[in-house]
Amino acid sequence: MKQMKAYINGLGLVSPQAMGDVTKYLAKGTSDEEPMLQIDKPNYKDYIHPKQLRRMSKVVRMGMVGAKIAMEKAAIEQPDSIITATGMGCQADTEKFLNAMLNNNEGLLNPTAFIQSTHNTIGAQIALHLGNHNYNFTYVHRTFSFESALLDAIMQLYEQTAMHILVGGIDEITEESWKIKTQIDYYKKAGVSATAFLEDQQPGAVAGEGSAFFMLSSEKNNTTLAVLEAVDTFFNSESQEETENRIKHFLAENELSADEVDLVLLGNNGDAVYDAIYEQMAETLFSNTPTTTFKQYCGEYDTAASFGMGLASMLLHTQQFPKDLLQNGKTHLPLKHILIYNQFRNTNHSLILLKA
Amino acid sequence: MPKKIAITGIGIVSSIGMNLEETRASLLNKKHGIGKITVLDSIHKDDFVLGEIKKDHKALLELAGLDEATAYSRTALLGIIAARQAYLDANLSQTMDKKTGLVSASTVGGMDRSELYYKNFLQQEASYKEYIDTHHAGNSTEMVAHALSIKDYISTISTACSSSLNSIMFGARLIKNGVVDRVVVGGTDGLSKFTLNGFNTLMILDKSHCRPFDATRAGLNLGEGAAYLVLEDEATARAEKKHIYGLVSGYANANDAHHQTASSSDGKGPYLAMKNAIDQAGLKPEDIDYINVHGTGTENNDLTEGIAMKRLFGDQLPDFSSTKAYTGHTLGAAGVIETIISIISLNTHTIFPNINFNHTIEEIDIKPVDEVKSVDSINHILTNSFGFGGNDSSLVISKPEPI
Repeated sequence: MKQMKAYINGLGLVSPQAMGDVTKYLAKGTSDEEPMLQIDKPNYKDYIHPKQLRRMSKVVRMGMVGAKIAMEKAAIEQPDSIITATGMGCQADTEKFLNAMLNNNEGLLNPTAFIQSTHNTIGAQIALHLGNHNYNFTYVHRTFSFESALLDAIMQLYEQTAMHILVGGIDEITEESWKIKTQIDYYKKAGVSATAFLEDQQPGAVAGEGSAFFMLSSEKNNTTLAVLEAVDTFFNSESQEETENRIKHFLAENELSADEVDLVLLGNNGDAVYDAIYEQMAETLFSNTPTTTFKQYCGEYDTAASFGMGLASMLLHTQQFPKDLLQNGKTHLPLKHILIYNQFRNTNHSLILLKA
Repeated sequence: MPKKIAITGIGIVSSIGMNLEETRASLLNKKHGIGKITVLDSIHKDDFVLGEIKKDHKALLELAGLDEATAYSRTALLGIIAARQAYLDANLSQTMDKKTGLVSASTVGGMDRSELYYKNFLQQEASYKEYIDTHHAGNSTEMVAHALSIKDYISTISTACSSSLNSIMFGARLIKNGVVDRVVVGGTDGLSKFTLNGFNTLMILDKSHCRPFDATRAGLNLGEGAAYLVLEDEATARAEKKHIYGLVSGYANANDAHHQTASSSDGKGPYLAMKNAIDQAGLKPEDIDYINVHGTGTENNDLTEGIAMKRLFGDQLPDFSSTKAYTGHTLGAAGVIETIISIISLNTHTIFPNINFNHTIEEIDIKPVDEVKSVDSINHILTNSFGFGGNDSSLVISKPEPI
């Protein structure tokens, strides 16, 4: 499918990086002092009425703030569609209800946590807040969630059923979910600094969280940061060769060769076993292309590629190449095309292509 | 010319049947699946009735032809059984020249296993660790994708009780936009204590058999199930001489934007979903021959849905019924299960009744079809699925043009 261009006209990020300060964009990396990388908590009251705020869980707050910033930047008050993506949904509320149910032997339960445990709570709360009656979808497929939301948005622009689409990826980390996933080596038990991130030998990734919202529009204007050119996902690649062919095919569909990409953002998450896939790709397909990694600044979570897309949007907009980002010693300015390649344990592979 | 979306395969498991034929027979014979709880191990098992599939984990593993070497949730097992039926029914096989997708829906994911082993997961040295990763909502989709060797495109949607109608909608659009050539779409949700207790705290469960659209309705009955359709481009399906059950001719999603769990008094969300789906199909409200309503049996839903229907159809309201008193509310599977019931209606010229209807709701004064009804002509069916978060979806299923 030749995909429809989507102009990124607004970006709202809630991440470990300082809120609202683009110059400090990559100030906070993973650390050996904390096992997980958490968001820099926004001053929620600046965005949400205290009365509403009280009823919102952390993940809903994060989503709401990301959405509001993206809408404000794009000067869009009512998006034609609201599409959210979350791998784990309202994790804290799910745990709260589950624990209460198990601890009280199914007795005396409060409905609030159950009500808010639904995966589409964030999208629903945004619609409720805006009084928005339009299309409202939530994708929940691990590291395909955000990419599914992007594909949905691109198709709507192509179908001309929407002009301004709010798309966001949101996941929260909780102590309990972190602890459980360390048991199956998905997350590391101890933190690791951003500089040692790629060499760490503990099993698993550095856990993270975040909220990244985008206003994707059919028209360019003076708030446009970058253009979303295409997105693709594929499941269960059987070999490095198959993966490489899928990436080549994706680039070819967008009339690019690997060498013509100015920067590849790789989804390395510190898990040496699966990071080897990226490393091999960097040495073969992308041997002549500048590559770097981004999860040392957001940690690993199901919708982390949305942070990667936020970062790529800013790089394309500012045409700055932070020194911290240098990985294989190559830079290529001006930046025209950035490819984000992400994979989850070699099962869920995704590609997002952005253009200046 | 834009592509038309043909339904070429069906798979369904619920408390009223473990395949399409059993489901059809139950519908026709007014045989519902609501009864005493015998599978779910809950302290509430004598307090409520459910639309349970009367097979425990082991029996489902056997039915799916799987063993305990891999960890499966109930949701995944139901999904595999139903999706495989649809895949075989459409005579699909993996070929190099065609891209195949899978879009599934789930609200509860692998909760049935998580709630059993959660305390084990949290121990210093966890046990039942292999079930940890069966919890997330996409897991059942991946298990189905493995079972059917689907790799080209997979995704999962979760928008509460409208989830699987939304997966049909997204799947149809994937074909229209050329992302895939054919797609397995649907949803799966296994019963869990989490869901039962959750709905109980909301006080919207009827302790006896539910009575949708009845003035005395007192809540819903939960059910479980999985169902899938195979969608293909109509022209291709015809060229390959495939049986076409019906066409997905219109769809829409809208948001009620009223309350996280309650629906509005003017039914704006449901109205917009129905209206936009009919518009998109290029039809007028009077072209709709039957509506399979969401009709959960809660006080709030049925009133709002009725108001929205009257607003759209005026005094020309077509035949309608809720089939939730047959299956229970199967949550993430409800939309696709009711789409399949609609397809059976379309193909057999039979409208299945709204069981337990006796008293008209005064405020809306509308009466569902309450006996099995044969009709001479039935060309377009509307089906509704509404969920928490004000998520409202409608789908129009149409009879294909004769060859």
